[in-house]
Amino acid sequence: MEYIIIIISAVFVNNIVLSQFLGICPFMGVSNKVDTALGMSGAVTFVMVIATIVTYLLQQYILEPLGIGFMQTVSYILVIAALVQLVEIILKKVSPSLYQALGIFLPLITTNCTILGVAILTFQKDYNLAEGVVFAFANAVGFGIALVTFSGIREQLELAEIPAGMRGVPIAFIIAGILAMAFMGFANIV
Amino acid sequence: MNQGRNFLKGFIKENPVFVLFLGLCPTLGTTGSALNGLSMGLATTFVLVLSNVFISVFARFIPDKVRIPSYIVIIASFVTIVDLLMSAYTNTPGPHGEPSLYDNLGIFIPLIVVNCIVLGRAEAFASKNSVLSSLLDGLGIGLGFAFALTLLGTVREVLGNGSVFGYKFITGDGILIFIMAPGAFLALGYLIMIMNKIKQRTAKV
Amino acid sequence: MAKKESTFTNMLLTLFIVTLASSAALGFVYEFTKEPISIAKSAKKNLAIERVTPSFDNNPGNEMFGVPADGDSVYFYIARNGNDTVGYAAETYSNIAFGGTLKLLVGFLPDGTVKEIAVLEHKETPGLGDKMLKSKTNWSTQFEGENPSEYTLKVKKDGGDVDAITASTITSRAYCDAVQRAYDALEKGGKQ
Repeated sequence: MEYIIIIISAVFVNNIVLSQFLGICPFMGVSNKVDTALGMSGAVTFVMVIATIVTYLLQQYILEPLGIGFMQTVSYILVIAALVQLVEIILKKVSPSLYQALGIFLPLITTNCTILGVAILTFQKDYNLAEGVVFAFANAVGFGIALVTFSGIREQLELAEIPAGMRGVPIAFIIAGILAMAFMGFANIV
Repeated sequence: MNQGRNFLKGFIKENPVFVLFLGLCPTLGTTGSALNGLSMGLATTFVLVLSNVFISVFARFIPDKVRIPSYIVIIASFVTIVDLLMSAYTNTPGPHGEPSLYDNLGIFIPLIVVNCIVLGRAEAFASKNSVLSSLLDGLGIGLGFAFALTLLGTVREVLGNGSVFGYKFITGDGILIFIMAPGAFLALGYLIMIMNKIKQRTAKV
Repeated sequence: MAKKESTFTNMLLTLFIVTLASSAALGFVYEFTKEPISIAKSAKKNLAIERVTPSFDNNPGNEMFGVPADGDSVYFYIARNGNDTVGYAAETYSNIAFGGTLKLLVGFLPDGTVKEIAVLEHKETPGLGDKMLKSKTNWSTQFEGENPSEYTLKVKKDGGDVDAITASTITSRAYCDAVQRAYDALEKGGKQ
């Protein structure tokens, strides 16, 4: 039951993008087409879950016992950087087309605040490993939902008439704001 | 380019937020008030200047293949220093028990390490330029970032709370949506649009 | 500027040196800031306790104990003046608030009367539920001086004595729930 609450909270009530403001750069940058959005979400999900597991174990079995909690930021980001390199290598072999489509955005997952953010949040919320995995997965799903919804809207927006000053980034932000407002309606369902 | 222009480019022409669209996460997440925006901007500037200088000095000793991980460790170290200093010295709650500055900036302090601006400048500029140029570059872009954050924070605070840097000039609440999540997106969207207009006009002239 | 060659030994050595230097520098700064950080933390705690209990001369932050309540615990801090216990500060919670969990710090006099209540953590709606904050309105003063043994901690709609915040019944109910939880814990094992 706890897990259901974690999932609903992370996906809808405290959506990582629309409510916590993490992952805005890829949210704006990869959301022009639904396919790239889906690909990005998949990659993020994979990296986020594994990164949360590894950083959790790192914190629990190395940083805390040795009393070097202050090395959290440095060690977490190194783990994430290494993981993304790994995903890049695997993806190149397994699905070269997706690798091409994601282009620059794949290494950019390293500097994606969502991965580091969720890893730190898992620690702050005092979750155990199982809860942490569920939390990470749910956040990735929330990211995916926000990203795919947004890209669907943006694809439609291509056909609309937008005033010159608004085209591109400004209208994207306005739409994101309205989407965030919609998600606010999910408050109090847990 | 001369050092003056080097320093000033970060404010308008190459403003990281309004022109380059970098560092958006803290821009939206810490601008609920002018003070929070300014503090976040200054903390980021601190890291940016130090890492730019450090990397400018040591870049020649770092083999090419490991330069990104090395830069990341250097940046993460400065971020941790800022985190430790802030949790020690900017951690006092307000008179009515309002959260401290450290609490308000929260998770965005460690997230400075993944702020695309910092790694971007280190890679694109600091590793290839002199210490002085790198310092001014970091300072200019950092302060430009702080300027953008303070501006957005002020707009959101004035509209959402009827106050500036804590000084309320109306009684009661403002247009509350602006200090909540959607308001950040809306305010930034409109600000960018206004910036675009200004750039268009000055380009014509 | 000639860059160093990317031989395996060079790369390994560089990474090792960089990480070592980083750990050393951070270790140094950590030692230097350890005291101010813990001072700031306990000052925060004591400041909150100071707001809700009568004046004390001990260090309640150091005298904490928990009383189990509904799956979690209510944490008590004892305020003393000399040898007399002048009050308790109870860190309590409610899970039925609008935005999730609500955390309050309730100051009790030794006989269970509420002295003052502070909000520690909340996710209520600005302009509606956040009227429970002292910095916004005086709504929470209606609890002050009341003893829950005679004052029913429920909103009037539910048959109690509490005036709910207009259009924020859920927040008001959660607030009462948290205070009730604190009082029950106090009676059960808080008076030490």
